[in-house]
Amino acid sequence: MNSTTSTVPAIEVTNLICGYDGDTILENVSFTVRRGEIFFIIGGSGCGKSTLLRHMVGLNQPRGGTVKFFGHELGLNDAAARRERLRTFGMLFQSGALWSSLTVRQNVALPLEEYTSLSKREINEIATLKLAQVGLSGFEDHTPAEISGGMKKRAGLARALALDPEIVFFDEPSAGLDPVTSRKLDELVLQIRETFGTTIVVVSHELASIFSIADRVIMLERAAKGIIAEGPPRELALNSRDPRVSEFLRRSDTLV
Amino acid sequence: MSASLETGEASATAMEIDGGLDVALGGTWQITAPRPSWTRLLGDRKPARVRVRVDDVTKWDTSLLLFLFEMREWSRATGVMCDTGALPEKIRMLLSQLLGSHESSVPFDRSVSFLASIGLATQDSWRKVREFSRFVGDFVISAAQFARSPHRFRWGDCISEMQQCGAMALPIVSLISFLVGVTLAYTGAIVLRQYGGDIFIADLIGLSMVREMGAVMTAVVLAGRTGAAFAATLGNMKANEEIDALETLGISAVHFLVLPRMLALLLMMPLLTLYANALGILGGMAVALGLLSISPTAYWIEMLTIVDLSDLFVGIIKGTTFGFIIGLAGCLRGLQSERSAVGVGQAATSAVVTAILLIIVADAIFAVVFNILGW
Repeated sequence: MNSTTSTVPAIEVTNLICGYDGDTILENVSFTVRRGEIFFIIGGSGCGKSTLLRHMVGLNQPRGGTVKFFGHELGLNDAAARRERLRTFGMLFQSGALWSSLTVRQNVALPLEEYTSLSKREINEIATLKLAQVGLSGFEDHTPAEISGGMKKRAGLARALALDPEIVFFDEPSAGLDPVTSRKLDELVLQIRETFGTTIVVVSHELASIFSIADRVIMLERAAKGIIAEGPPRELALNSRDPRVSEFLRRSDTLV
Repeated sequence: MSASLETGEASATAMEIDGGLDVALGGTWQITAPRPSWTRLLGDRKPARVRVRVDDVTKWDTSLLLFLFEMREWSRATGVMCDTGALPEKIRMLLSQLLGSHESSVPFDRSVSFLASIGLATQDSWRKVREFSRFVGDFVISAAQFARSPHRFRWGDCISEMQQCGAMALPIVSLISFLVGVTLAYTGAIVLRQYGGDIFIADLIGLSMVREMGAVMTAVVLAGRTGAAFAATLGNMKANEEIDALETLGISAVHFLVLPRMLALLLMMPLLTLYANALGILGGMAVALGLLSISPTAYWIEMLTIVDLSDLFVGIIKGTTFGFIIGLAGCLRGLQSERSAVGVGQAATSAVVTAILLIIVADAIFAVVFNILGW
């Protein structure tokens, strides 16, 4: 997990242009994410947070610009290199995106089956361990339909962590969760970073999470089609002169 | 002179003063109850100005605003001054909001010009062609991977799909092919009896079931049963981000989801076709026995004079090809599906329609090709 060239940022996005079909949603987005950082992409609904994430991890092809992970591009043409890069990612989707035909344990085991040559018994043990780490002991053999929304997210997180990734992406982790459950998820995120030194990128608009765990944030805005602010959240909340930024972040005065 | 209109509890009274109209509203205004109408209150009077007061209104909601709005619209149309100065601040604010939203709501124009629609359709077709080529390419790559390392294939999924599309389809395939055999026999009997050629019913049923109907009927059943299921399952997985989850792990959705389904269908279709052949022949045999008094032995021996292994082979080739078409159409439509409930429904419909269309087209091509080959 540790690399000798620690000066290279974990993620370096340069002049990224994102969009679907005919619409350009983000233009010339550039930022870097340092190693071991908890980095938030924030902004109001429809500003392109999830779009940015999807283009970063290669689910959608960027219109232009580059995304480098530890100095390497994802490589759309070289399938083997791309697979090798993707192996170092974990991603937690908004809905958990568990494969509905598999049990929770099989969901966590699948990446291990695909990328390692471990025996079935070892894989099952790792899966059980990962599920225990996210607090899902006892639910290993349930199917996704049998567990709650919060549990699905946690199972999705266990799956994202299965291959001990270097970067974990979270798409709206707190969407659809009650405040207590989403705080627990925040604690889990912190714990993962403490334990593994994982770089974590979160798309969110939940202020409580932003202020409690984010090291740095970038804020996107729909009309600007790009980043309107970058920095540690508290600093932005206190010092930003941009009314759009301060309005968004100061809504939380009562929470902090 | 004064006029007053009262509807339920809401009241509107108009009084003419110096050529102007003084309108006094009162009572309880509720949107669920009838309210006085401005045009009826106005009648055929043509006042020079209108003043409105709401001093006697005890309770009001949007219905009061509608009345005032009606008044303002009238005043704007006729150019008569409408004095709302006596209204409370809150009502005036809401009224201006209502007027504002009325003015700013421009209907959204979704129409496109003729040329633009041609361009969009071309783009769309081009995109579909590219998607299809990409899908076929991915499929070939996956098949090659499978050939190289079959132990990494998800046999468990494949076997459960075989169970779903093969074994579970047996009852419906049995019923349909048996009935097709019966129908063919009845139709054939009408003609053959006239010429005293009753026994040739066996040739008719045998040949048409084995070469044609067995494969086509099985394919149609499976297009509806399995093709739609593939499209709906994959479409739903796409809507749930399950496909994205595979992609971010670097696992090809085609390899993981499509290949097991395709293989299951390719293995099951020939078997189901053979089974359908047998059931169809049995159906014909039953009619021959009941209607034409031909013994099953005679029927069987007569049939063997014309149906040979090459006919069986033709049926199996057709069945396998149709299986390929059903699987490809179902999986492709599923993966192309939009991420919504409606999208999944459309994908399932489109999978069945595409599959049946291509099956009939392929069958016609086969007829020509086999004729040339002399099979």
